[in-house]
Amino acid sequence: MENEVKLTAKDFSSDQEVKWCPGCGDYSILKQMQSVVPELGIERENIVFISGIGCSSRFPYYMNTYGMHSIHGRAPAIASGLKATNPDLSIWVITGDGDGLSIGGNHLIHLLRRNVDLNVLLFNNQIYGLTKGQYSPTSEEGKRTKSSPLGSLDHPFNPLALALGADATFVARSIDRDPKHLRDILAKSHLHKGTSFIEVYQNCNVFNDGTFLNFSDKKLKDQHIIHLEEGQPLIFNQGKQGIRLNGLKPEVVSLEEGFSANELWIHDSSDATKAYILSRFFDDTMPRPFGIFYQEDRSSYEEQMIAQLERAKEHMGEGDLDDLLRGSRSWTVD
Amino acid sequence: MKETQALRKVTIHFAGDSGDGIQLAGSQFANTVALAGNDLSTFPDFPAEIRAPIGTVSGVSGFQINFGSEEIHTPGGRPDVLVAMNAAAYRKNFASLKPAGVIIVDPAGFDKKNLRLAGYDDEENPLDNKPADYQFYEIEVTRLNRDAMKDVDIPPRDRDRSRNMFVLGFIYFLYNRNLEVTLNFLEDKFKTKPTVLEANRKALQAGYNYGDTIEAITRYRIEKAKLPAGEYRNVTGNQALAMGLIAAAKKSGLELFYGSYPITPASDILHELAARKNYGVKTFQAEDEIAAISSAIGASFGGAIGTTGTSGPGMALKTEALGLAMMLELPLIVVNVQRGGPSTGLPTKTEQSDLMQAVYGRNGETPIPVIAASSPSDCFWAAYEATRIALEHMTPVIVLSDGYLANSSEPWLFPKAADLAEIKPPFRKETGTYLPYGRDEREVREWAIPGTPGLEHRLGGLEKEDKTGNVSYDPENHELMVKTRARKVALVAKDYPKTELIQGPDKAEVLVLGWGNTLGAIKVAVGEAINQGLSVAQLHLRYINPLPDDLGELLSNYKRILIPELNDGQLVRIIRDKYLVQADVLDKIQGKPFLAEEILEAIKKMVNYGE
Repeated sequence: MENEVKLTAKDFSSDQEVKWCPGCGDYSILKQMQSVVPELGIERENIVFISGIGCSSRFPYYMNTYGMHSIHGRAPAIASGLKATNPDLSIWVITGDGDGLSIGGNHLIHLLRRNVDLNVLLFNNQIYGLTKGQYSPTSEEGKRTKSSPLGSLDHPFNPLALALGADATFVARSIDRDPKHLRDILAKSHLHKGTSFIEVYQNCNVFNDGTFLNFSDKKLKDQHIIHLEEGQPLIFNQGKQGIRLNGLKPEVVSLEEGFSANELWIHDSSDATKAYILSRFFDDTMPRPFGIFYQEDRSSYEEQMIAQLERAKEHMGEGDLDDLLRGSRSWTVD
Repeated sequence: MKETQALRKVTIHFAGDSGDGIQLAGSQFANTVALAGNDLSTFPDFPAEIRAPIGTVSGVSGFQINFGSEEIHTPGGRPDVLVAMNAAAYRKNFASLKPAGVIIVDPAGFDKKNLRLAGYDDEENPLDNKPADYQFYEIEVTRLNRDAMKDVDIPPRDRDRSRNMFVLGFIYFLYNRNLEVTLNFLEDKFKTKPTVLEANRKALQAGYNYGDTIEAITRYRIEKAKLPAGEYRNVTGNQALAMGLIAAAKKSGLELFYGSYPITPASDILHELAARKNYGVKTFQAEDEIAAISSAIGASFGGAIGTTGTSGPGMALKTEALGLAMMLELPLIVVNVQRGGPSTGLPTKTEQSDLMQAVYGRNGETPIPVIAASSPSDCFWAAYEATRIALEHMTPVIVLSDGYLANSSEPWLFPKAADLAEIKPPFRKETGTYLPYGRDEREVREWAIPGTPGLEHRLGGLEKEDKTGNVSYDPENHELMVKTRARKVALVAKDYPKTELIQGPDKAEVLVLGWGNTLGAIKVAVGEAINQGLSVAQLHLRYINPLPDDLGELLSNYKRILIPELNDGQLVRIIRDKYLVQADVLDKIQGKPFLAEEILEAIKKMVNYGE
């Protein structure tokens, strides 16, 4: 590690012109990524970005690392094959709500259950942007779009509940408009061994502007956001309100009216049941949690794959090609 | 008085319920005759259902073996011997038996219930009215086998399960074979189940001894075949294919990654490879066909040899990803073990109907090399050659096998690892300016692997600028790239060996042109036609795309071309399209391979038509 030149965000910016719409939330996510990676201590050549199709999936073109802009929904599968054969690479899957939850939904859940050691950034803008504004699997019911002029009939996915249901080992939420928080979550996801799933709320200012206003607007966000901090009580709205668990039922309580922090829910990201309850904070009655919902230390897929190969070599001996070709029953013709 | 008659070759068809252990008995017989030095070819034929309705014709499982003291090219046409464990097996197969053939039946399989299930009318039992001229061995297998089980501590419901061994023992007696190979096999298989081992051993011995007690019985002797000298083994197509992939990975120094989703009849490749973890093979049972090929693309991006295998319906699902691999210009092997189509079709039956799909079935201008295997052991060479092309030309390659090749077996004069050709992928190692889509004189780009400092680059499915690989919508560039990728694939043909006839004269009336599993049946048919004085030759294609550069000239030496295919005419269209020659198809779409006699008849018709 001596003689190492310290890289900066600029070193991770490719020579390609960034072509997202002006004002798109993707710019912020790209910027945070470019400024976080130099801090992670990984050589540029050992980083790979793999994406599918959609606005977010142009991301790899803008990172001066290895990368692949693949086909719609399949990035998790491609990344799995890459990681299985190159376990030392730091692999980042960039996907969106359409790419990751609709056409590629199957691959995403299977990636999570296998726990391949890579990071998934799901840019959720609750709309199809690249095809110009149809409802997505995270769009709210009744949403009027070009393909749902009378309102969408589809019940939306709750991405984090889905990830927890697939036994993901690292589940977090962040937002494009909070750079510091996003950088922090990106860095922590890198440290996690296993699949890290990060939902990033991302504003599509052309087709779905303001859909996350409650969580980005200065005046609104205090009442609507709750930041999850390990070992800390669930407090929001500038310390005025908190969350208490009544059995398994979460309740919003006022800290100004008699409740103390001691009575509140203390965030424990190793508790799967509580993580699930948090993931259901999904309507206007509860503040929306941001941060790490859940993390668990579980052996990664490729780690186990390599161990299995090693065991096989120990038990059966390193395979010899001539033995394989000969098989167990051969005979000689003179 | 026991006579022994010498024969040059024999075809036996074992048939019974899918739970009767027919495949096991058949494959044991194959191993025994192989070790005894006969040449052989086998063809298992089983229902798609795991346990189809017991006793019915649709539940009949069959295993045919053709073995002899001469070279054997097919599993045989009409069998000489039919082993029918029940009425349904008899009903399904009697008609295809050779006139005056041998029939071995167990009357217990012809009781009222079995007759009804097999669809015979009340009171109609074919054993009561045996066709004349056939030689029947009506052996009370069930009863005799139960006698043999008397001293074995086996539950009554399991005592009939060793009937297949009883029958096998009898056949061993009939064909003068010893029991050693099967006894060794049983000992290994039932190592931990001593009672089952004893039951099977006793049954096998009892069947053999039974033959010995029959007074007037003719035994047969089939001498060793005169095969090229060397060391042989038996191999099925799927086994050979898996070994071809492992061998190619070893010889190229790359890791083998096989991503696959289980599908009949390709699953055995996954099983074979999954059992070879000590060879460093990484297998990945993906969540679906798309993930299977996508994971293989990821592995190839990372410098391994990414491979995937499937059958027709899975191939359809892989189509988009195949286009991506072609666009990225990464090596990739896609094996299609074809089965009857369209849609789910006939999962356990064979067909050659995915040829057009392999050559043309993608969006956009997407040429991909296609290689066809022509016998079970040739699956090894097809897989090896496909991997060589994929790695040395940086392209996905499709390998076409089929259900018949996959499950059939034959003796194989296997190669030595040291004699296999080297494979040299175009790795980019040195740093400095790297143009991901710069090319050599064969239009092949350099392969830079993630993890290599200084060669960071981005690939994608969008059209890319010549040399740099950056996204480009430039009209001229798109045309240039389409033409360049096509030329790259066309140049693969420069590596091919000279195209050689299988048999027959350099100029003749008729050329029988085949591809894939038809090789053996065409060999027999054309050999016979030549014996009969007909003007005919045989050529067989390994390379379907691109076709060999010398093929056009070769075809021009024949007035007419006959193309037997297990489809509705696919190669024939490609040949006509490319060479504007007079080519006709002999099609067969019955889920079964050709019989040599069917091809011979078509040759005769064509020669006569020409006159």
